[in-house]
Amino acid sequence: MAEDPADLPAWSLPAGAGERISIGVDWPERVTRDWAFGGATGKGVRVCILDSGIEAGHPLVGEVEGAVAFNRDDEDEIDVVEDTEGDLCGHGTACAGIVRQLAPESSLFSARVLGAGFKGSGPVLLAGLRWAVDQGFDVINMSLSTTKRQFAELLHELADKAYFRNTVLVASAHNMPVESYPWRFSSVISVGSHEEPDPMTFFYNPSPPVEFFARGVGVEIAWLGGGTILSTGNSFATPHMSAICALVLSKHPELTPFQLKNVLYLTANNVGGNE
Amino acid sequence: MSDLRAAVAAGALGSEEGYRELLQSIVEVARAIFGARASSVFLFDEESDELVFEAVAGEGAGDLIGQRFPSSTGIAGWVLVTRQPLVVEELDKDPRFAREAAESTGFVPKGLMAVPLLHEDRALGVLEVLDRPQKAAFSLAEMELLGLFANEAAIALDLLQKARAARAVLESEGGGADAFARFAARLDEADEDKREAALQLLEALGKLLRER
Repeated sequence: MAEDPADLPAWSLPAGAGERISIGVDWPERVTRDWAFGGATGKGVRVCILDSGIEAGHPLVGEVEGAVAFNRDDEDEIDVVEDTEGDLCGHGTACAGIVRQLAPESSLFSARVLGAGFKGSGPVLLAGLRWAVDQGFDVINMSLSTTKRQFAELLHELADKAYFRNTVLVASAHNMPVESYPWRFSSVISVGSHEEPDPMTFFYNPSPPVEFFARGVGVEIAWLGGGTILSTGNSFATPHMSAICALVLSKHPELTPFQLKNVLYLTANNVGGNE
Repeated sequence: MSDLRAAVAAGALGSEEGYRELLQSIVEVARAIFGARASSVFLFDEESDELVFEAVAGEGAGDLIGQRFPSSTGIAGWVLVTRQPLVVEELDKDPRFAREAAESTGFVPKGLMAVPLLHEDRALGVLEVLDRPQKAAFSLAEMELLGLFANEAAIALDLLQKARAARAVLESEGGGADAFARFAARLDEADEDKREAALQLLEALGKLLRER
């Protein structure tokens, strides 16, 4: 029987204890897409969309298992409440719809940090991310970023905390050479766009900071009011990658973010994913 | 008003006018390069938390300047709050969007490209290009081109905001600039000895302020 992870050596390795930290993944000789996510549906994987909310019941989204909203009160305090308003602008619904289409049995959660005005959106974003990391979601989709340097350090800490707690943070990169966060941190999976029409095509980028390219051009996205629309942007490439992460994790729940990134690398279309 | 004050004010006002023209020229060129029906720059007004039409080329030019809407609404709002460029097509298929667009800007775009205007660590506004010809699928190369325009527009917008801030300082009664302008006027009128004494006093004052 496997040891309780809390009892395992964490800070140093005593003599002869190598076996106690044996890896619970049966790695094949060659990691293929079939091994990584063949037949996977995302079942059992909890994906949090940190965005503008989600329109529950949208035909492309289906059920949303939980939704909270972060708001600033008059004293600049940020409180978290159950979200009954859905999506204020449509961006989060679009992201959720993409995850649902590729990982149909994943569990979707919404943390609304956008939509209540631009002013003060940085602290709200931080509060939302902190909450999502503390909830222990398997995947957090962040199709957004901040350019404010004052938040960079805290975001960096949160990104690392997520990484060590087995929460995968998938973040939209910029397609312009601007400094923004958290996508620039190496503990997250940063996503830019490619122009291929296949939603499962993704590439590893050997010239970071953008680490992966996923489908982001001419994507049919869920649109408020139950409809769909064609759209382009890294905002929509990101949930493609989140969904692929959910598929891999539903088949291999024991993977750490480090191992998951390796699987993504090995199965990328420009590495081994075409075979 | 002293000569100094007049000179500084003229500089601030002149540059503000110049930066407005630069912004206007950026949207004109963006519209022409993309062969689009319209192009506009929105300035984010931090105080009111709104986006304001600052420059418009093509459809709506002339009528829209100065119109405002809440910062996180519409496609421009998505782009501002997420800091992500975005292209949306087939907008005219959505009756709700079409009605709202028609009410606020007088025409319904079929599609639009929008990109945040980022300068240093600030998001200053949004650049939009509406209704590029639908002859070909949208490409990432166009997104890059749009990004280049965005860099230019962000710099112009930053300069425009600074020129406006300078003007506000000059216009504010009782502000530091006002006091210096009065001082400069007295200095102009003073005879040689008094002028020399005043400058020495000013030098000493500067030294005092530098000391902690």
